[in-house]
Amino acid sequence: MTTVEQPAAAAPVLVAVPHPIRRLLIERTLYGILTLFIVSILVFAATELLPGDAARAVLGHNATPIQLHNLQVQLGLDRPAVVQYWSWLSGLLHGDLGKSLANGESVSTLLAGRILNSAVLVVLAGFFGTVIGVALGLFTAIRRDKFIDHTLSVISLGVTALPEFVIALGFLFVFSTNVFHAFPAVSLIPPGSPPWQSPSLLVLPVAALVVVIVPYIYRMMRAATIEALESEYVEMARLKGLPRTGVLLRHALPNAIAPTIQAIGLSFLYLAGGIVLIEVVFAYPGIGFTLDQAVQNRDIPIIQFIVLLLATFYIFMNIVTDVIALIATPRRRVPR
Amino acid sequence: MSAVAEAPVAPPEPSAGPRVRRFEWAHTLWAAAKTLRGAIGLVVTLFVIAVGAIGPFIAPHDPNAFVTLPYAPPNAVAKLGGDSLGRDVYSRVLDGGWQILIMAALATAIGVGLGAAAGVSAAYLPGWRDNIIMRFVDVILAFPQLVFALLLVSVVGPKNWLLVIAVGLSHAPQVARVIRSAALDVSERDFVKAVAITGVPPWKVMNREILPNLVTPLMVETGLRMTYSIVIMAGLSFLGFGLQPPSPNWGSMIKDGQGGLTLNPWAMLAPAIMLAILCIGLNTYTDAVTRSALGVDRAEKFALTEVMSATETGSA
Amino acid sequence: MTAIDPHASPAAGSGAGGTRLVVENLTVATTKSSAEVVQDVTISVAAGEVLGVVGESGSGKTTLGLAMIGHTRRGLRIASGSVRLDGQDLMTLSADELRELRGSAMAYVPQDPGTALNPARRIGPQMREALTAHDRSKEDADARIVELLTEVGLASVPNVLSSYPHQLSGGQQQRVAIAMAFACRPSLIVLDEPTTGLDVTTQRTVLETVKRLCAEYGVAAVYVSHDVMVVGELADRVAVVYSGRVIELGTTDEVFRAPQHPYTRGLLRAVPSPDRSGRLVGMDGVPPRPGMRPPGCAFEPRCPVRVERCATERPALVQAGVAGTADHSARCWLVGEVAAREPASVMVTEIEPAAVVAGATDPVLRVDELTAHYGVRQVLFGINVAVPPNQCVAVVGESGSGKTTLARCIAGLHTTWEGDVRYTGEALTPGIRHRSKEALRGVQYVFQNPYASLNPRRTIGALVSQPLEQFTSLRRRDREQKIVEAIRSVSLPDEMLGRYPDQLSGGERQRVAIARALVVSPTLLICDEVTSALDVSVQAAVVEMLRRLQGEQGLSMLFITHNLALVRSIAQQVIVMSVGRIVESGPVEAVLGNPQAEYTQRLIEDVPKFSDVGSGTAGF
Repeated sequence: MTTVEQPAAAAPVLVAVPHPIRRLLIERTLYGILTLFIVSILVFAATELLPGDAARAVLGHNATPIQLHNLQVQLGLDRPAVVQYWSWLSGLLHGDLGKSLANGESVSTLLAGRILNSAVLVVLAGFFGTVIGVALGLFTAIRRDKFIDHTLSVISLGVTALPEFVIALGFLFVFSTNVFHAFPAVSLIPPGSPPWQSPSLLVLPVAALVVVIVPYIYRMMRAATIEALESEYVEMARLKGLPRTGVLLRHALPNAIAPTIQAIGLSFLYLAGGIVLIEVVFAYPGIGFTLDQAVQNRDIPIIQFIVLLLATFYIFMNIVTDVIALIATPRRRVPR
Repeated sequence: MSAVAEAPVAPPEPSAGPRVRRFEWAHTLWAAAKTLRGAIGLVVTLFVIAVGAIGPFIAPHDPNAFVTLPYAPPNAVAKLGGDSLGRDVYSRVLDGGWQILIMAALATAIGVGLGAAAGVSAAYLPGWRDNIIMRFVDVILAFPQLVFALLLVSVVGPKNWLLVIAVGLSHAPQVARVIRSAALDVSERDFVKAVAITGVPPWKVMNREILPNLVTPLMVETGLRMTYSIVIMAGLSFLGFGLQPPSPNWGSMIKDGQGGLTLNPWAMLAPAIMLAILCIGLNTYTDAVTRSALGVDRAEKFALTEVMSATETGSA
Repeated sequence: MTAIDPHASPAAGSGAGGTRLVVENLTVATTKSSAEVVQDVTISVAAGEVLGVVGESGSGKTTLGLAMIGHTRRGLRIASGSVRLDGQDLMTLSADELRELRGSAMAYVPQDPGTALNPARRIGPQMREALTAHDRSKEDADARIVELLTEVGLASVPNVLSSYPHQLSGGQQQRVAIAMAFACRPSLIVLDEPTTGLDVTTQRTVLETVKRLCAEYGVAAVYVSHDVMVVGELADRVAVVYSGRVIELGTTDEVFRAPQHPYTRGLLRAVPSPDRSGRLVGMDGVPPRPGMRPPGCAFEPRCPVRVERCATERPALVQAGVAGTADHSARCWLVGEVAAREPASVMVTEIEPAAVVAGATDPVLRVDELTAHYGVRQVLFGINVAVPPNQCVAVVGESGSGKTTLARCIAGLHTTWEGDVRYTGEALTPGIRHRSKEALRGVQYVFQNPYASLNPRRTIGALVSQPLEQFTSLRRRDREQKIVEAIRSVSLPDEMLGRYPDQLSGGERQRVAIARALVVSPTLLICDEVTSALDVSVQAAVVEMLRRLQGEQGLSMLFITHNLALVRSIAQQVIVMSVGRIVESGPVEAVLGNPQAEYTQRLIEDVPKFSDVGSGTAGF
């Protein structure tokens, strides 16, 4: 029967994680680099699986075996796979992206302008999509179960289901070719000029992309806001006698932000995938359109680079989203 | 010793859930079909499936025959006019669905099967296995589904079997994520531990205790994946990497019709409308099933976490 | 519209000691089906008085408490009746007027402060807005906050105001909630089970704070709880709620010393108290749900003294108790005759003293120097336990004491431990993988949460059959026979076997879990807080059933609980744990009657018990 000193009354103290944000950043970045590394191997292996075809793709069916062989040597296709991979990877990291198989130009010159074009689309669509989605989400959360809420919910269900290219073509049909003729059917931005100098060419692609991502953001905002409004701490705030707007702004919103940020981040990822089809519909000279052409032409260096670029964007956006979400959730970042 | 069946008023366990029966999944599907959204969705979906199935047999012309002028407007020979080569749009639309449907169904089966197996194993088996599986998952998830499929297609060429596998593989990671998260919830529950500590081997535990409790997420995932499969298949066909011409399919028909929008809009509109209502119908019905299985609020959360799980790069 | 002045001091109200809150014929119903969750309740509370509202889960007590400040949860509405605070009927006020009163004239302390405080905001701003929302300036508010922190005993805790809620302990969070409630000096405070989930010691601190502040402020307080003992200690008057109705009302002294209603009597018999050593007597059956009440008395189906009239006519609240005593009323046709009519079966009897097993018979379970870790943190420090055959050893401790970890280590659920654990001589390995089948069969475990320990997709029959399939090779017919025996031994009907878990109540599910554990005739049964999730009356029935089964089947039991009061009703030996170490152990009577360790002494003192109620009454 041993006696002990005063036991602690509180629950065991959790080990505090110092600088959780910094640690998350480092963890995720390292991990992201590892993933990228594996992805690059995958991309390289996939595209270089049949080296013969690359040379044939360039030279065509009538190529003689000697010509094929020469081109293979020239392209370095006769070296062992690992060596090829390494030279490709180190080239990439030094900024040498190789040459397009289709027209021999350097990949970097070809793509610089197109990356910018796609970036503009993504940024514009992301911005407008976020603003509209958040506004709609808040609005319907407050007017829950009213007619407008049900209507929007049904519409968004329909829109989410549609393939992006159908949406894009829908816009094309209505606003460009058949019903109204307000916008051009193809977005042929003059090469070399920045996209914002031709705003009318941007409208339809951006609109289509916005329609693709608004439903997710709106639904998430709505669900997160409703959950916050039904929480016990909001009930408690009401029971303390706080006015309605105060309750909404100071109690509900801060808690609804974190999941919505994640949805917004996810939407940027969707945009990265969606630009392929939408750029093709409008013949918009961005990396999606370029990827499509590259796959048709088996233009391997371009395929490799664009896929890798998209993967990098994905991983980067994931990290940014998680970090912002962590900042918005004090519970996870401030230790006991 | 009376035992009046009583639903506990304040159970600590939040998901006491609806009444459990044998073949509960069938009851859920039926209950969903009885709601307004569910009924509309199901009817529309079945209609399109019927068109896809029966269409080839009732088409007035051979879908590959040239019966009218290129992009001819609707006329006596071709009810919806002609496509870019003068083939009958109407017949092509009727013939253009079944391939997409079958391939999408196969890809979904592959994706859900693989993904569920991976997800449950990752959730239940100890330590390093979880890590390895989820690292695989992360790598495939590092690109958009479409791009992943494109990558594979650009290598091997647009063969049908490859398309099915490529799309199926691209589903598996997302399914694995969702199922893993649901399976983690289940395996943390006491009843699984209660069986495990009597020495029952892991595979048996996974099969008899965990899997039966995943019926709802599995059903919902299947519905969602089916919709995505159709969308991606159609998208790939639109780009020209899917099912190859001359066989008609709605995706490539849409691309083909885009060129002649001002001449004969039906060349693009007809397949686009069929595709659109198939997608909307299926998605609506799946949404109704989710609601009837989980209740409206939890269904909403589930749909969103399903979408959200794609952003996590680490394990839960 | 004459609004109540939220800043007036309480004494300026209806007079110190005057009636502050009058509830008349209050009925709260669901909006969809009009099922009445609270039915026709009439109560009043005076300034400076604490009214305890006692009921089990589903009785409607929380709904009643909230309605007293004019609030209903989603899906409910106040169907009829009036709630008057200082003369003003809350039902006639507009939403804005109600809002003004909330937090200022009437306040609420929630059950779980962890969820009631906004996790995304710091404590300081949350406390401040309780004041600034009612026309205090920021400076006044800050000054008042300093006062309040001192009053609730948080002044010495550093950085309270700049912390987020999750950085405070449960007890501290609750005191913040209490401070916010008292901030504007309200006329009425409703406290909803504010000590649920707190350690006994913390609970004592919080209760004392509440008592002191109520007296100082002269506020009318309503304390809603399922914990009969806590209410007994704290409240001046008690209202017992059953199925939405008040079935007994009176001073605490009266109600606890001489309860008139059969339900109250049953409830008090089911409540464990460390200073009582009788058998716990539970009540069979469950209360009717709102909308499904019988035409007569709601308790009639379960009542041991019912007569015909009870089934058809709803009783009214009638004066009870000896003539001349203060108000004590009960809703029963047999008021005054209940005690005489009660059958012997519901009486509390003493437990036969345990057959003291003398000598060195080998213990069924022997634990030597068990140390366990969670990751790098050590949670058990050299534990030694011996469970003799046919004996029940209770392991008592607060949360964090390691008692559950101990049980899980022995059962094989927790694997990071070292030490020598022997079951009938065989050494048990940390996980279950290498244990013998005999050991796996002989040591059975019952989980705490009955809502999670049964696979919702399998029938009761299949669930109870599973261990038989695992450990025996009996043919189907033999298995079925054993299953039926097992179900009957836990007092459940045979039809139960075809049902699914979600058709059963918590108590029934726990019985099934016990049946499942006992069907393979184990030698050692480990019960891990098996009644913590159950109502008091159900708990009593389950504990009593376990005690009986232990005797019948010659089991040894390791009974883990945080509730010291239960120990006497089931165990012969007790081990008291704290922060991973054994503080004291020995025969139950010795440890509880004459505790040696300071921790044990304090624990016993802090537990609410019968002898603390009112004027120190014993049982009845």
